[in-house]
Amino acid sequence: MIKVLKAGFYTTIQDKGRVGFAKIGVPFSGVMDTYSTDIANSILNNNLEDAVLEISFSNCEFKFLVATNICISGANFSPKINGNTIKLNQKIKINKNDVLSFGKVLFGARTYVAVAKGLQSHLVLNSRSMFSGITNSSTLKNGDKIVIKNLDNQLNFSNSSIKVDKNHFMFNNLECLKGPEFYLLSENQKEQLLTTHFSLSMDINRMGFRLNEVLENNLKSIITSAVLPGTVQLTPSGKLIVLMRDCQVTGGYPRVLQLTESAINRLSQKTVNNRVHFLLKKR
Amino acid sequence: MQNKLTYKPFGQKAILIEWNPKISKTILEDILLFQSKIKKEKNADIADFIVAYNSLTIVYKKDFINFDAQVNSLKKIHQLEIKLRKKQHYIWEIPVCYDVIFGIDLQEMSKKLDLEISEIIQLHTATLYKIYFIGFLPGFLYLGGLHKKLFIDRKANPRLKVAKGSVAIGGKQTGIYPTETAGGWQLIGNSPVLFFDISKENPCFANSGDFIKFTPVSLSEYHQIVKDIKEKKYIISKTLYND
Repeated sequence: MIKVLKAGFYTTIQDKGRVGFAKIGVPFSGVMDTYSTDIANSILNNNLEDAVLEISFSNCEFKFLVATNICISGANFSPKINGNTIKLNQKIKINKNDVLSFGKVLFGARTYVAVAKGLQSHLVLNSRSMFSGITNSSTLKNGDKIVIKNLDNQLNFSNSSIKVDKNHFMFNNLECLKGPEFYLLSENQKEQLLTTHFSLSMDINRMGFRLNEVLENNLKSIITSAVLPGTVQLTPSGKLIVLMRDCQVTGGYPRVLQLTESAINRLSQKTVNNRVHFLLKKR
Repeated sequence: MQNKLTYKPFGQKAILIEWNPKISKTILEDILLFQSKIKKEKNADIADFIVAYNSLTIVYKKDFINFDAQVNSLKKIHQLEIKLRKKQHYIWEIPVCYDVIFGIDLQEMSKKLDLEISEIIQLHTATLYKIYFIGFLPGFLYLGGLHKKLFIDRKANPRLKVAKGSVAIGGKQTGIYPTETAGGWQLIGNSPVLFFDISKENPCFANSGDFIKFTPVSLSEYHQIVKDIKEKKYIISKTLYND
């Protein structure tokens, strides 16, 4: 069991999300940055689908009520065990009653805690990803307890670690493909879309990231159609919205770009006022 | 007339198939038929489908390597004359209480549309609404068939809280809010029926292609149904649709 001592502002349990329920309007959900969680789960020899903690703001504290191994990946929020700094992207041995805490934000926007064999919270529609109205709660709260496997008897301990590509956190170009309504843009608008360094507004969450700069247009709404995580919508006001993992399954704004999976991961590690640049990928 | 379909890549692992930009039952039936054929032919590669008014989006499990090859195989499936058992559609009878305690915009609508409240209710309950697809929120049905006389603009300032079960009209559409949410549609009533019940194995009873019929109920009947749902005694009445 892990006890949540301080849940922080937005901490959730996430796995690779819900697939197959779009027909009843259920979002895909799942970890925002699969690049980082794949690293953490691999280091622990977990399945890549295993559930992890996703922490969007620091100031969290967790107490382990059983022994286990963990791996922290993604953003660096200065993780500590019982007050001693620990490394990212490395297997860390946890003893019963150890306390994991996070402090200063050094880089990135989302950090992940993977636990040996994965978090064992309830599966709802084949996923543990928290989502309002689907799971009991949409975020973790102080005092919550999360079931994990006890690894007391497995003392063998290898020092596996993976070198992480720093560019994942540093670069601001987002690789993308033309969206279904890209062709509706004028040459001038296309150029603006692909040359502007857009800044992230305050309005960024698991459903979508709104950008500050305006792309003037008089495009009409489309007949409501599918949207996906990574779809870039252009609103009548000219504001762009990049949809993220918890987005709805349909929408009515023109879909001008579609981010690649790695661009969604990269964007997940950006925060307010960070700049991004859309880079059209050659097919 | 045969619909001309267009196939577009939608990112690296989804294909968007579009029909004519129209909202029609014929297009929906064609979309659902195509979806059934694809499901029958090559289910293993596909993660999910997203049905909308004039489009079918196929989300694959992995990035496709060759878009053109993928499209060609879909085109072949579309042309296949597969004998499929015609999918049965149901008409779901949905109780709605149009009392002004729920229909808080009825009086204003009555003035704007120059209709008596009773006429609004009569027009709203007379139609058999087609369920095109489910989106926006888990369990939110996109319904077609609202009577022209009931078309009304959304509220200039959306409400921050619209109660779960609210039956509403926005523009040319009508719908039911399956959960409490913010919303800008005009509220005309409330349905005690749960459109998204996560405690059930199939959380949403309705399917694309089914129909909805609203039946007016009194406030006391409404409360009785709420009670019956809590005690798991309530069954939504449905009939088979014959075309």
